[in-house]
Amino acid sequence: MIRIRALHKRYGSRVALDGVDAEVVAGECVAIVGPSGGGKSTLLRCLNALAPFDEGAIDIAGFSLVGGARASRATARALREVVGMVFQEFHLFPHLTALENVALAPRVVARRGRAEAETAGRELLARVGLADRAQSYPSELSGGQKQRVAIARSMAMPLRVLLLDEPTSALDREMREEVRDVIRALAREKALTMVLVTHETSLARELADRVWIMREGRIAEQGSPAEVLEAAR
Amino acid sequence: MRLLASLWIACAAMATACGAWADGLSTVRERGELVWGGDLQGGEPYVFEDPKDPTKIVGFEVDIAAAIARELGLRGARFFQVQWSNLVPSLERGDMDVALNGLEDTPERRARLRLSRPYFIYHEVLAVRRETPYRSLDDLRGKRVGTLNQTYAFELLETRPVETVLYEGQEEPYFDLQQGRVDAVFLDHLIAERYGCPLAGIDCVATPVRGSYVVGLRREDATLAAAVDDAVGRMIASGELRRILEGWHLWDDAQRELASGVVSPQQDGGPAWPAASPSAATREPAYGAASLDRRQVALFLQGAGVTALLSLAAFAIAMPLGMLLAAARMGAGRIIQIVATAYVELLRGTPVLLQLYVLYYGLAPVLKLGPLTAATLGLGLNYAAYEAEVYRGALMAVPRGQAEAAAALGLGPWQTLRHVMLPQAMRTALPAVTNDFVSLLKDSSLVSVLTVVELTKRMTIAAVEIRSWLGPGLLCAALYFVMSFPLSRLSRRLEAKLENDPHPRLA
Repeated sequence: MIRIRALHKRYGSRVALDGVDAEVVAGECVAIVGPSGGGKSTLLRCLNALAPFDEGAIDIAGFSLVGGARASRATARALREVVGMVFQEFHLFPHLTALENVALAPRVVARRGRAEAETAGRELLARVGLADRAQSYPSELSGGQKQRVAIARSMAMPLRVLLLDEPTSALDREMREEVRDVIRALAREKALTMVLVTHETSLARELADRVWIMREGRIAEQGSPAEVLEAAR
Repeated sequence: MRLLASLWIACAAMATACGAWADGLSTVRERGELVWGGDLQGGEPYVFEDPKDPTKIVGFEVDIAAAIARELGLRGARFFQVQWSNLVPSLERGDMDVALNGLEDTPERRARLRLSRPYFIYHEVLAVRRETPYRSLDDLRGKRVGTLNQTYAFELLETRPVETVLYEGQEEPYFDLQQGRVDAVFLDHLIAERYGCPLAGIDCVATPVRGSYVVGLRREDATLAAAVDDAVGRMIASGELRRILEGWHLWDDAQRELASGVVSPQQDGGPAWPAASPSAATREPAYGAASLDRRQVALFLQGAGVTALLSLAAFAIAMPLGMLLAAARMGAGRIIQIVATAYVELLRGTPVLLQLYVLYYGLAPVLKLGPLTAATLGLGLNYAAYEAEVYRGALMAVPRGQAEAAAALGLGPWQTLRHVMLPQAMRTALPAVTNDFVSLLKDSSLVSVLTVVELTKRMTIAAVEIRSWLGPGLLCAALYFVMSFPLSRLSRRLEAKLENDPHPRLA
């Protein structure tokens, strides 16, 4: 589903990615852990063409990205319809209700009717346990609820890959649990290929089929959670 | 210190004016010079800046004023510049001793001022485009006819079933006639022959409406008026007037009649013009007894309507164009960015008045816009530049993550702008936008230079007719206030709401 070859990326003189080679098979959940500044988030942003890279190539969900050139607008948009992303800070649209947040992309990008998009949106909100908050605005939701809406929002498109960037880091301990429940359920379904960047080794251990440890722009170690995370201890 | 000094000067000026009211002739004699008022914009041959030496003014009225001063035994005459349509109020205010600038003898002026015996006979000329069928005022029912504000020609047109279009300068009406924006121009032959008739494609038709130029004086200056009358009489008798007019190539049969006393309007107290125009003779005085009555109030309301509609239409251009410019400055390619930035800086960096002139008069050979269209477009294009900056600031205040989240969902740049960025930016921008609309409402008064009669223009016209700026001024202010105050309040409430709620929703 995802193949990354010799990925290099620099920000000015600073090397962010220094030769990343990796593969993720369909239905797999990969957790990326490691110290801050190790290139985890940068790699994730390269995967859905939010960030360009200098050298190397990425094949993801049938799309090809190459280094040195920005993906064409059309490619980037088509790719993002099947590769979703969840952000640490949620980035919900504050002027839209929870339901409108979820229904926006189906309506605008997939050009579905409002009724159809909202019916599907309600189902998605129900799946993340927020059926009763459909008409709430983001400012009326707790952090955990916001992140669950954000997950539902990314799921509203016909996803094949879901990228999660520190989805629980901005949350209190109690709220983390409700978001973890949602992610756990998604991972168990095995319908989606997931790449999860996280600081929480417990989350990685529980959900991931494989773990990559990124350090200084490279994948320093990889393997099953048991091998890699136990060794890291 | 400076304030004290200016106060003192103001007091001194008022004292001078009061002195003039007390007894014109003795004040003028004490001062040793005659202060006469006119408008340099009236141009050749009346009074204008010498092309060879713009610090000097010349014209046949300059010579007449000097001659009158000489006859009065004074050292000389000093010119006072005033906008022509305000000549009479300015005289009444005491800015000058006499008004001497193509002032026509009319019953209304006769009732309001003291008028000297005439020093010049004019006739009204109708200028038309050669290819049009119009050759008299009667042919022009319902058509647009241009003239100057506060002229006798204007009064006459007001009694006719034509649409009168008012100008402040005498070149513009003929320019618009050439451009087809008016169907005829009706003005004194002195103006027509210099500024209209020589133009390509323009035909001039002399009309039987005749009149005379006179010196205007305040009603209370009886002694000065008598002295000026005597002075003009002596100038006619001695041939001085003839020499002056010949010097300006203005001597003709009509002036010969004036000098020979055949036309001597002031002797029977009647108007200078023979009742050549029946409608002029039988009509009600257009503003002889004008007051702030129902008719005037209705005209003010109409002016306020023009102001409101004009402002709304201009803002309807400014908002979308401003959004487009803001988006172009932030997102589009390099060249579009430069073009958008240049547009914003150019329109913010030059006076809107200049832009209106360029749009209406400057571009006319290639783009013939009507006055209302040009006014709406001019204000709209100008305010778009300001709106663009407001929206740009508001767009920059939207957190970066919003655009990223939208992109990650597969929204294109325009969809992101339309569904995510603009709705949020507009909420931030709304108080500033409301304020800008209030500014636009007030700036719309500038379009009177394009002959649009909106609220402020209506006020200046009424003020001259009613002989008071107070009533019309207050009424005008009240109407602007009624339109702008609710908006200012709304803006303040929105601001307060924004402060309390980071994500306000529109009701």
